[in-house]
Amino acid sequence: MTLLTRTEGAHAPSPVRPRRAPRLSTVPVFVFMVLVAGYMLLPVYWLLVSATKSQSDLVDTPGLLPAEWHLGDNLSALLTQQDGVYVRWLVNSLAYAGAGAAVGTLLAAMAGYALAVYEFKGREAVFSVILGGVLVPATALALPLFLLFAEVDATNTFWSVFLPSIVSPFGVYLSRIFAAASIPGEVVEAARIDGAGEWTIFRSIALRMMSPALVTVFLFQFVVIWNNFLLPLIMLQDERLYPVTLGLFTWQSQTSRAPELQTLTLVGALVSVVPIVITFLLLQRYWRAGLAAGAVKS
Amino acid sequence: MTPTRTVASSRTPVTAAPRRRHTAPLAFLAPFLIPFVLFTLVPVGYAFWQSLHKTERTGGTFGRTETVFAGFQQYADVMSEPFFMESLLRVALFALVQIPVMIALALTLALLLDSAVARLKRFFRLVYFVPYGIPGVVAALMWAFLYDPRLSPVVEVLRSVHLDVDLLGPDAILWSIGNVVTWTYTGYNMLIMYAALQAVPADLSEAARVDGAGPWTIALRIKVPVIRPALVLTGVFSLIGTFQLFTEPQVFRAISTSVTSTYTPNLAAYSLAAGDHYSEAAALSVLLAVATFALSFLFLRFTARRQG
Repeated sequence: MTLLTRTEGAHAPSPVRPRRAPRLSTVPVFVFMVLVAGYMLLPVYWLLVSATKSQSDLVDTPGLLPAEWHLGDNLSALLTQQDGVYVRWLVNSLAYAGAGAAVGTLLAAMAGYALAVYEFKGREAVFSVILGGVLVPATALALPLFLLFAEVDATNTFWSVFLPSIVSPFGVYLSRIFAAASIPGEVVEAARIDGAGEWTIFRSIALRMMSPALVTVFLFQFVVIWNNFLLPLIMLQDERLYPVTLGLFTWQSQTSRAPELQTLTLVGALVSVVPIVITFLLLQRYWRAGLAAGAVKS
Repeated sequence: MTPTRTVASSRTPVTAAPRRRHTAPLAFLAPFLIPFVLFTLVPVGYAFWQSLHKTERTGGTFGRTETVFAGFQQYADVMSEPFFMESLLRVALFALVQIPVMIALALTLALLLDSAVARLKRFFRLVYFVPYGIPGVVAALMWAFLYDPRLSPVVEVLRSVHLDVDLLGPDAILWSIGNVVTWTYTGYNMLIMYAALQAVPADLSEAARVDGAGPWTIALRIKVPVIRPALVLTGVFSLIGTFQLFTEPQVFRAISTSVTSTYTPNLAAYSLAAGDHYSEAAALSVLLAVATFALSFLFLRFTARRQG
């Protein structure tokens, strides 16, 4: 309906045109949007340029102009520093964020599906408690989590960062909305009459219908875990367990003693951004659709 | 179609299913609820319990330590510290300035992208969203370099027009942090608003245009009221984020002496815990969580009333 109306408007016969109100001038708008784009891209551009410079050029040459090409040297220095600890950090981050978001999305999908499809006693109460979880600041959880893990002697382990990361109340909230919107009750009933078990219905029907939304849930949780800083900062002492963000932070805080780490921090930052940007670009179609659905519903 | 539906609604013929259907929701919920309880509810409860207790040493310096109930004493202790009000007022000031700036910028961009005027929409939308994909630590690191007087091209440009500001100095640092936050989240907020704008019926704007409304009037009088829920949502998220501010100031501490160990409430809680003052840290965390709840709630109430 809406689409049709809009198309009609665009191809409106000429008599309507002159009655249009004066248009917002295109040129100032374009200039404004280019300026904002410049603001958004400036740090990224600066990072790209700086990552190609040697340590001395970084300090001595103008920041926004390229100097002698040193990216290769910088990269090999990055990969060999402290026996290749950087690669280790990247792998850790991928494990924390990739596996964590995958598991978390599955759990959120199941819970959201159950809350949308079944009617049972206490459903709204459970949902309210989960929603309350959205509002609990993640940073308020980090300290008590550390103390709890300390009780069972499990701090400074992979699991101490991974396990708390798989909980995504916001993912459950989104999943419930999407499940309610995209899975018709008749389809579930029909499958039941055909003799399908509840798990089969979820796996083969519901998951497929929810999949665009689940990509959104996955992406947002991936970003949240990838960006998480306080929890690993508090939990981990062993450098070999660090995610890449924490690793870069420790390098940055050592630059006053070891200035050569400045270049490594910059190149490391650049390399660490690449996987996340690629993921976002590849899945662009999905997260936009999911975001739209979420916004419409809320 | 109709016969199937009738059979389905009179559930009796399906044998054994009702029983399964009682356990099924639990089976689907449990895998989420177990970690949720362990890693969200239990820590919240534990923080609260801890905030009411303190560790005492009995029998001199080398005596045993003991955990004793202390009521709200930790709360009183924390609140009487000067850093408590200072850090709270600091993030409040930050919220008052940074959030409106960011929301206004995001809204402007979303409206422009939604209007027919803008060109290259796909490109701009993508560019504005890029910063959100960059981890907060990396964003803060980049901007830290850009603020550094020895390295920064930005400072160079400012100097060339005789603007000698120390972006890492005590006066400017809060707004330097504000810039990092604005840079990171404007695109994200814009996207939420943009998605909501897609749901505004085209005939609504069309009708207004036929009635002679200009693009500004259409944007402000028709589109903005319709996407109000999205604006409230971004406002609440920003508010929660601001009161939790931690990553950016923590990164800036490494390069600027203007950021103290108690610069924001969260940083203060972290510093307290690092100094083994767990009970005070827990009390501060609880206070912060309650304040965040209360503020979000008030904000929601306020915006709901204005709407009605």
